[in-house]
Amino acid sequence: MIIRFAGFGGQGIVLSSYVLGLSAALDGKKALQNQAYGSESRGGECRGDVIISDEEIYELEPLKYDVLVAMNQPAYEKFVPLIKPNGTLILDRDLVVADSAQEPEGITKHAISATDIAFKKFGRKIIANMVLLGYLNTLLNLVSEKALAEAIAKNVPRGTEELNQNACQHGIDLARQEMKV
Amino acid sequence: MAIEANRKEYLRRLGGKKYFILGDEACAYGAIYAGCDFFAGYPITPATEIAELIALELPKAGGICIQMEDELASIAAIIGAAWTGARTMTATSGPGFSLMQENIGYAIMTETPCVIVNVQRSGPSTGQATKPAQGDVMQARWGTHGDHDIIALAPHSAQECLDLMLDCFNLADIYRTPVILLMDGEIGHIRESVTMPELSTITHAERKLAQPAEDIFGGPELVPGITHYGEGANVHVTGSTHLANGMRDVATPEVHDVLLRRIYRKIADNREQIVRTELDKDTDGKAKIGVIAYGAASRPAHGAVGRARNNGNAVDFLRLITIWPFARTQVVEFCRDLDVLLVPEMNLGQISREIERFVNCRVVSVSKIGGVPHTVEEILTAIEEAV
Amino acid sequence: MGEYRHRLMDYVREEIMPHRFCVGCGCGTVLNAFVNAVEEIGLEPTKMVCVSGIGCSSWIPSPYFRSDTLHTTHGRPIAFATGVKIMRPDLTVVVIAGDGDVSGIGGNHLIHAARRNIDLSVFMVNNMIYGMTGGQVAPTTPSGTKTSTTPHRNIEPAFKVADLVMTAGATYVARWTTYHVFPLMESMQNAMTRKGFSFIEIISQCPDNYGRRIGKPTANDFLKQFRDDAIRINKTEGMSEEQLDKRIVIGKLCDRERPEYVTQLHEIIREQVAAVKREKTK
Repeated sequence: MIIRFAGFGGQGIVLSSYVLGLSAALDGKKALQNQAYGSESRGGECRGDVIISDEEIYELEPLKYDVLVAMNQPAYEKFVPLIKPNGTLILDRDLVVADSAQEPEGITKHAISATDIAFKKFGRKIIANMVLLGYLNTLLNLVSEKALAEAIAKNVPRGTEELNQNACQHGIDLARQEMKV
Repeated sequence: MAIEANRKEYLRRLGGKKYFILGDEACAYGAIYAGCDFFAGYPITPATEIAELIALELPKAGGICIQMEDELASIAAIIGAAWTGARTMTATSGPGFSLMQENIGYAIMTETPCVIVNVQRSGPSTGQATKPAQGDVMQARWGTHGDHDIIALAPHSAQECLDLMLDCFNLADIYRTPVILLMDGEIGHIRESVTMPELSTITHAERKLAQPAEDIFGGPELVPGITHYGEGANVHVTGSTHLANGMRDVATPEVHDVLLRRIYRKIADNREQIVRTELDKDTDGKAKIGVIAYGAASRPAHGAVGRARNNGNAVDFLRLITIWPFARTQVVEFCRDLDVLLVPEMNLGQISREIERFVNCRVVSVSKIGGVPHTVEEILTAIEEAV
Repeated sequence: MGEYRHRLMDYVREEIMPHRFCVGCGCGTVLNAFVNAVEEIGLEPTKMVCVSGIGCSSWIPSPYFRSDTLHTTHGRPIAFATGVKIMRPDLTVVVIAGDGDVSGIGGNHLIHAARRNIDLSVFMVNNMIYGMTGGQVAPTTPSGTKTSTTPHRNIEPAFKVADLVMTAGATYVARWTTYHVFPLMESMQNAMTRKGFSFIEIISQCPDNYGRRIGKPTANDFLKQFRDDAIRINKTEGMSEEQLDKRIVIGKLCDRERPEYVTQLHEIIREQVAAVKREKTK
């Protein structure tokens, strides 16, 4: 499973990819995380990739993705054509205006108001990434919730653990509701 | 060498832990496991994370990390420190590695054990500064002027960045020579699960010490024992051609001849002891196509070999762990019954040309430059075209 | 006649004498002053490491001085010495090299070592020329001089290296000439016994490759010139820069205290190791 997180620097894109990769590793799966470095990652565009597998990982920089989590318009526009057929697109509805003409045929699209939820429910826009992470994980059943919670606890700023866990849980709940329907 | 108490204390806490870390960070932990006493470096993408983690962690194990004013100074400082008996290293990338070349020659000529990590990036010059490449393979071999041999190893995973650091320091001490860990920006900058070894599994090779009054730059053995500073031996270390006792003699042809041939032979003659490869032979044993790769390129290469087999093609795979000295015997053996050998590299065919010197089969360079590694698909296509 | 052996012969590698410095070269004087200074302060050569670069004056310690020596690549002795000193703070580490080595190709290492205030003694023999390669312009060559690579005239001003090092943060800086042997010896003693970065610029003569280009063929001519041009630092008050440019300012330029680099480095290690131990006992 190849997942790309993309958006602006400062949205916690790299952190999301790291936390997901670490969770997979904690579950005993093979995991590989990669991100954009240098001037490429400053200011504008930011991305973090994760590969999760039960077998050896041979592909270091895949050209196509099973999942794209897009947190801004440029990232959406740039990477949406790279989603594999039957892949999944997850959007922050508050930040991306989707244009289905660009989207590959056969993909599944999910849009949630991550930023709005983060701000209104938790008072912090910056944890939108956690809402998306919880949502993504439950939707696609990538890693155990225990591992995810542990990875979040270890890697968010001290004092914000609960906030981040709650945001993640909100995403998990959203996915569960959606899947019941 | 016995591991110091402070370091044991530190390593005991690490043993068995699993970290999800960069290849660069794994390399830093490897250095601490390997008994690195002193690190000197200068920031450069994509090697900086090695220095950053060593700066944070090495002092806890009793070692010292400093940042110097440039790469010339960094390698100079680690060579100086090595003569006090310390295990020393630096880490850099292409531009810094270029700057270090003169002093790598100095370390070769003075037979100074030390480790140089080069996390290769796209060049020449500033190139694609943040992008990976494998373009320094021949620079590692021939970068410094004059005849010499060299030891260089290439890891293909974050775990191996840690594991091979132990080999690098041990080889440096056993052969009294600089050893290069030829990483690449891809392996340095991916995060993977890395298991910290148990302290009980770690062994440090002995640096052979000279007997009192014994020559330390010559003698009957290919690798003479060393005497460090501060022991009252009035050790004379010079990069000029020197006699077995270290005193300079640049006028006598035989002196240079004897010195250089011994320095060359101590690696060349021990090639079989030094070289490590990893073989994955096709189960039917009748493969006519083979793939040889190393470092980052070996990952998609190995994946492509697996896919080709699933598609019904018999393909053999050989990974070079030791790049220099060149795995001549293993490569010749591997290629003996092959019709075609594919060599994927993130350069314009540096090892491919080296292989051509020794084998009879057709050698196809599957080169890729531009700052991105091969995909499995690309190498699979090359294999299928060769079928 | 009984066999004469100089009292300081134990300090040099007797087996390779006589030395190979040119007739009239200042390097012999510097070696003499250095050996005397070491003896005077009772420093055991076995507790020293002498580091040098490439150039005539780098031969002063290597091969001539009998201690552990490190004859490095051109310009890098201070950087090599940094590694030695960090790992063996108990040894006295001395760098002796030329103006081209220390202030030309190795100038960056010089200013950074001074800034760090690492406990090294650097004795820079300044003969104002690249002598070993046959008389090319150096960063210290006076402007107007015709050298083999400035055959028309040198248009660059000369580096005032001691001033540069003082500004960079060295805690002990002095300038002497090969004429001022006794104060030079005393200054070397000070440099080697105090903690911190010590730098002595020693103005020296190269009759062969510099002298003949400026019409001063003998060492004596040089020494007389050094004697006449020298002015003590405490006598320079009120002098204009133009006046000073024609003179060699000698004496102790600075002597001050600042935290030393290696000591602080080892403090950090002790703190960090102790923290690990505390963690374990918890």
